[in-house]
Amino acid sequence: MSASTPTLAPPGPAIPVRSLRRRVVDWMGWGACTLAFLLLGAATVWILTTVVARGMGALSWTIVAHGTTGTGGGLLNAMEGTLVLALGGILLAVPPGLAAGIYLAEFDNGILAPGLRFFADVLVGVPSIVIGYFGYVTMVSTLGWGFSVAAGSISLAIIALPYIARSSEMAIRQVPRDLRDAARALGANDRRVMLGICLPVAMPGILTGVLLALAIAVGETAPLLYTAGWSNFLWTGHLTHEPIGYLTYAIWAFITEPFASAHALAYAAAFFVTLFVLLISVASRLLFDENVSLRRRLKG
Amino acid sequence: MLIIVAFLVVYAWPVLHMNGWAFLSSNTWNLGNLYSDPITRNGMSVLPGAHYGILFLIVGTLLSTLIAIVLAFPVGVGAAIFLAEGVPASIRTWISFFVELLAAIPSVVFGLWGYVVVIPFLGHTLFPWMSRHLGFLPFFQGPAGSGYGLLTCGFVLGLMIVPLITATVRDALVNQVGNLRDAALALGASRFETLWTVLLPSVRRVLIGSSILAIGRALGETMAVLMISGNALNYLPQNVYAPISTMASFIVSQLDSAMQDPTGLAVRALAEVALVLCAISILVNGFARLLLHYQTRPARGSA
Repeated sequence: MSASTPTLAPPGPAIPVRSLRRRVVDWMGWGACTLAFLLLGAATVWILTTVVARGMGALSWTIVAHGTTGTGGGLLNAMEGTLVLALGGILLAVPPGLAAGIYLAEFDNGILAPGLRFFADVLVGVPSIVIGYFGYVTMVSTLGWGFSVAAGSISLAIIALPYIARSSEMAIRQVPRDLRDAARALGANDRRVMLGICLPVAMPGILTGVLLALAIAVGETAPLLYTAGWSNFLWTGHLTHEPIGYLTYAIWAFITEPFASAHALAYAAAFFVTLFVLLISVASRLLFDENVSLRRRLKG
Repeated sequence: MLIIVAFLVVYAWPVLHMNGWAFLSSNTWNLGNLYSDPITRNGMSVLPGAHYGILFLIVGTLLSTLIAIVLAFPVGVGAAIFLAEGVPASIRTWISFFVELLAAIPSVVFGLWGYVVVIPFLGHTLFPWMSRHLGFLPFFQGPAGSGYGLLTCGFVLGLMIVPLITATVRDALVNQVGNLRDAALALGASRFETLWTVLLPSVRRVLIGSSILAIGRALGETMAVLMISGNALNYLPQNVYAPISTMASFIVSQLDSAMQDPTGLAVRALAEVALVLCAISILVNGFARLLLHYQTRPARGSA
């Protein structure tokens, strides 16, 4: 039988040899993809090194210890302001965000669920300047709060809200069903299942979302320009009628000034903001990995 | 969300009424004479000579976004393919994380980078070169400008939205069911052919959805554009080097002057800009979410 089949493949590699054209296209395809990745990586490195190199060069004791004076001085006021505004925004956004997340996760078929989910998704896409403008016209001008911590924090809270809502929804949704069933079998009611079981298990996931929202709040500029204003001085604790400084403003406003001292402030501010945002990103990534492994442990 | 839209509509209503469709199609933004007495037009008190038209903003926004997505799409998808198929899974997470750091960098830092690094390079080196050697292309001729402008915005915006595309497409490729891949490989396709002819078409909804999300992000980007666009006023770009202004950055750059208007109409006109921007981004995002929703729904059901 073997003698009558002359078309048998000759002994050789098991993988069929591909035509030259196919191999060239293959190589070009992989080459293009690798190139795309390298471009992206190079851009990341370029931006980060620019910020770090110029930022490190601009750092000095004055910058961290003193407030801004005109186009020089330090950034203590701005650092304090960024922390106050971002933490304020997050504190305002966590309760409603978490509540919305619980609702979305537990009452999947609730009347409000599809609408709420859709609006959360769309709110993420609304340009932050639109929210800032909204804050300006409502709080700063109509309510007469002036440029203030309250107006700035509330604007940031609106921006942070959908992130917190969606990430807590995802985290709670991924709590294994067995755990809930076990809690119910032991006689726990809805409230105890949620507070005693679901929230603690989902906590790393929720925290990841809160951290990301914090990173976004720290890096935002547009919604603060016309809600928080700018101040050279430390915050005296008034919620309204007192403008407050923040780091991202310093980057935007001082880089266009013609003075070296102003440029130094802008570079230092960019360095701090970027460093902070990157630290949060790394921290949330670690937390997220822990979250994944925790869930795996619970399931296994 | 609804409150914001409703509020913008109410606040901008007088101006909406006054401007009509000319707001979108006319090309002059003029606050009028700030020092003369307001006159009454259509039953509203208006500064003489005031006219609000934002055609140049719409053109600037759309063109810069178009350039951004044209630059970002191939790079984003290419990088996603590399990350999903080209590197071992053990290091994929960390390499992806590194690239997606780009998404975490605040807009204003991109603006700073664009302002101090990219603009001098483009304005002094690349644009004059392009103007000389690519002048045969329709929009690449003419004066190379200062570096502030349309192409710079497109480039930086593109960089800002690449990680969005990369992350979404990479996840979709990694989560693709193994059967398709195995079947294609068994038919003798090489790994790249499998990818190109089988895997990519199977995630095309994600490709489209993620690009539209990225477009939405680029449309509303404010700070970076504000710092590098040149903030042109009442001017339609004649070539890719020309300065532009986008709706989002215009709201920032004009609110100060608008507040000088004693009739308060200019601030309301800015509300109309915000409204148009908001409407565009809601449409774009809603559409993208719907697409992505239908793609991911089976996966969600099984999880």
